[in-house]
Amino acid sequence: MVSTSGAIKDMFLGEVRKIDELFRFIKIDGELAEIDATELKHKELNDLMRECIFKGAEKFVLKNVYGHRYIGTRLNISNPKRVQIDIYGTAGNDLGAFLNGHKIVVHGNAQDGVGNTMDDGEIIIEGRAGDVVAMSMRGGKIFIRDNVGYRTAIHMKEFENKVPVLVVGGTAQDFFGEYMAGGRVILLGLNLKENEAHKAHYIGTGMHGGIIYIRGKVEDYQLGREVGVLEPEKEDWKLIEENVRRFSDCFGFNSDDILSDKFIKLIPVSRRPYGKIYAY
Amino acid sequence: MFMMSYQLPEFVIERREDKCIKCRVCERQCAFEGHEYDEEFDRMFSYEDKCVGCQRCVVFCPTNALIIKPHPGDYRPNANWTREKLQDLKKQAETGGVILTGSGNDKGYRIYWDHLVLNASQVTNPSIDPLREPMELRTFLGRKPDSLQLEIDGDDVQITTELTPNVAIETPIVFTAMSYGAISYQAFKSLAMAASEFGTLFNTGEGGLPTELRKYGKNAIVQCASGRFGVDPEYLNCSAAVEIKIGQGAKPGIGGHLPGEKVSVWISETRMIPEGTDALSPAPQHDIYSIEDLSMLIYALKEATNYEKPVSVKIAAVHNAPAIASGMVRAGADIIALDGLRGGTGAAPKIIRDNVGIPIEMALASVDRRLREEGIRNKASILVAGGFRNSGDVLKAIALGADAVYIGSPALIAMGCTMCQKCYTGKCNWGICTQDPYLTKRLNPEIASQRLVNLLRGWSHEIKEMLGGMGINAIESVRGNRDHLRGVGLEDWELDVLGVKGAGEV
Ligand code: SF4
Ligand code: SF4
Repeated sequence: MVSTSGAIKDMFLGEVRKIDELFRFIKIDGELAEIDATELKHKELNDLMRECIFKGAEKFVLKNVYGHRYIGTRLNISNPKRVQIDIYGTAGNDLGAFLNGHKIVVHGNAQDGVGNTMDDGEIIIEGRAGDVVAMSMRGGKIFIRDNVGYRTAIHMKEFENKVPVLVVGGTAQDFFGEYMAGGRVILLGLNLKENEAHKAHYIGTGMHGGIIYIRGKVEDYQLGREVGVLEPEKEDWKLIEENVRRFSDCFGFNSDDILSDKFIKLIPVSRRPYGKIYAY
Repeated sequence: MFMMSYQLPEFVIERREDKCIKCRVCERQCAFEGHEYDEEFDRMFSYEDKCVGCQRCVVFCPTNALIIKPHPGDYRPNANWTREKLQDLKKQAETGGVILTGSGNDKGYRIYWDHLVLNASQVTNPSIDPLREPMELRTFLGRKPDSLQLEIDGDDVQITTELTPNVAIETPIVFTAMSYGAISYQAFKSLAMAASEFGTLFNTGEGGLPTELRKYGKNAIVQCASGRFGVDPEYLNCSAAVEIKIGQGAKPGIGGHLPGEKVSVWISETRMIPEGTDALSPAPQHDIYSIEDLSMLIYALKEATNYEKPVSVKIAAVHNAPAIASGMVRAGADIIALDGLRGGTGAAPKIIRDNVGIPIEMALASVDRRLREEGIRNKASILVAGGFRNSGDVLKAIALGADAVYIGSPALIAMGCTMCQKCYTGKCNWGICTQDPYLTKRLNPEIASQRLVNLLRGWSHEIKEMLGGMGINAIESVRGNRDHLRGVGLEDWELDVLGVKGAGEV
């Protein structure tokens, strides 16, 4: 039998310093707070950011971010001011998880879980992002310049006017849009070579709501059984155009070039993909 | 081509014609359409093949004219091929489907509560009379520190150790996760009202918490499950505690499908999925494939709630629960929730409900032991669910190491449920497991919550009586105190797993 005596090491909270020991890592200039994250643990960084909001910060510049987790998550303060967070370095897991309205720009890449169960706001990533991007996202927008990993947009949701949007400039790995229940996902494939197909298999498996738009080649066998392929219609083009323009503005692409290409539209064939397997 | 059903009716509907006044109450009460009035014959007719035995009509018949009982008609007696097995098989031959069911496992697995007895004081240490002396049932859920540092200055005692958040409940009984969607708005609200009146908690399940009910948040454990339905920052922050649902005792290892029939516009709003779609909860949480991933989500939730709430992780009781529980504690869980083999459900494949998982008694005893052996038992509270029927079961669970008990079926039964197991049909005649407005309005939250409060009061009194009999005046003193338990009719290995002596052993 395993026996460890006494205290277990806390993976996250071990040796977290008190907030008053951390102020030396911030430079405040009016509404701008600049934090050097080099020596900070993620909880310390998030403690500091929360403190800064209470002190009136409206804009953050985070320097030397090396995998710090949950940036933006702790800023779920009721009636918050919407702040902008500029991240230099690599944002850690669960960037903007449960985010409620702030804007985050990553000047670099992000790890797994970007926008996990995000409620509102905007995340812009000038690079790539890891797995489970936009999982269960409920609102707001995410723009990612390059590729995303596996299991993107799983169980994204929507209700009435609250419709989350994810735009990915590159390609995606498997299980893209799995179990999607709402939202709009646009996959642009800008970095695909001539005639190269997207990487993802099982696209839209178990999908029962929302819409996926894809530019670039996708073979039939890459699609889940629960999706049907359509041509985008006028309403669709409106949405694609609006978001591709925003995407292009963020990352300096020519939106007309992107929009002049063919897009396909994927929607669920059934709202009850597994309704028939049960005996009542 | 039409295929005739070979099913036998499950129940007999006996209408005593001399008593029946043809008021048609039974016809209106039965959503399964088991009764029908025929004008031409001026007579009530019964459709036994439709009756589910929920007894609603019997209770509401003004003249007590009805008797509903299990159908005595049976196949040739066969210990192997029972009636139920034949019926299930025929149903599958007719539909090709997975058989669904509701409520908890009804099979004859040993119920260990019925093989454990409690102790009482005689002569050598006096029992306590709870009517005259204070009895403490208050329980704190959450992580406890390894040690306490005190600063004592005369009469002024200060705790200097930094404490982690705990939730206080007035009785060690909490309403288990039942989602708005699986149960009606009225039933859901009744649980919230009762929890808040009595000073305990209800669990929202995975279907969110409608905005106007967030005032009950202080008494809510809010769930974050694989479908992440209704999980917004306010939902997390209005709560008493947050629970990550990994599994459920009635269906370990599989996800949930709330059938489209139950996804009304209101459900659609709280869950943020299109009306009429199946609400699909994937089997795993797709961001959790390891203990390290679990830790990620635990801390994401702590971050989202500013480290102000205990975070619970709920798993189904399975073979290696002790090792998993140890990992959960190390991952940062403040509460370990275990749901056993007999835990209920709104809908689950019958084959899974009846065959997967282990009894909660065994899971509880082995998890508690493992955490104690590893010296980390104080780091998490243990909440157990799945098969508690009365206050005796509750007290035995606490003596076996639980901090508190989750009750589901008892709460439903208090509101009117008769364990008919048809929750998955969405036609619950008691207005509990349905979204049909004609049925849900049968349940008045003012009355149903009183029934629930009465239940909590009755059980709490009984627990105090039993504690008093043991000569103990605080539930804390019996927690994990197996000396107060003895086994009756159990094998050595069972006593060993439970960590209790046999009756007569001193
Ligand atoms: S409720 Fe009773 S009295 Fe009324 S019709 Fe039905 S059986 Fe007859
Ligand atoms: S909740 Fe309703 S449908 Fe479910 S077992 Fe109880 S009475 Fe039957």
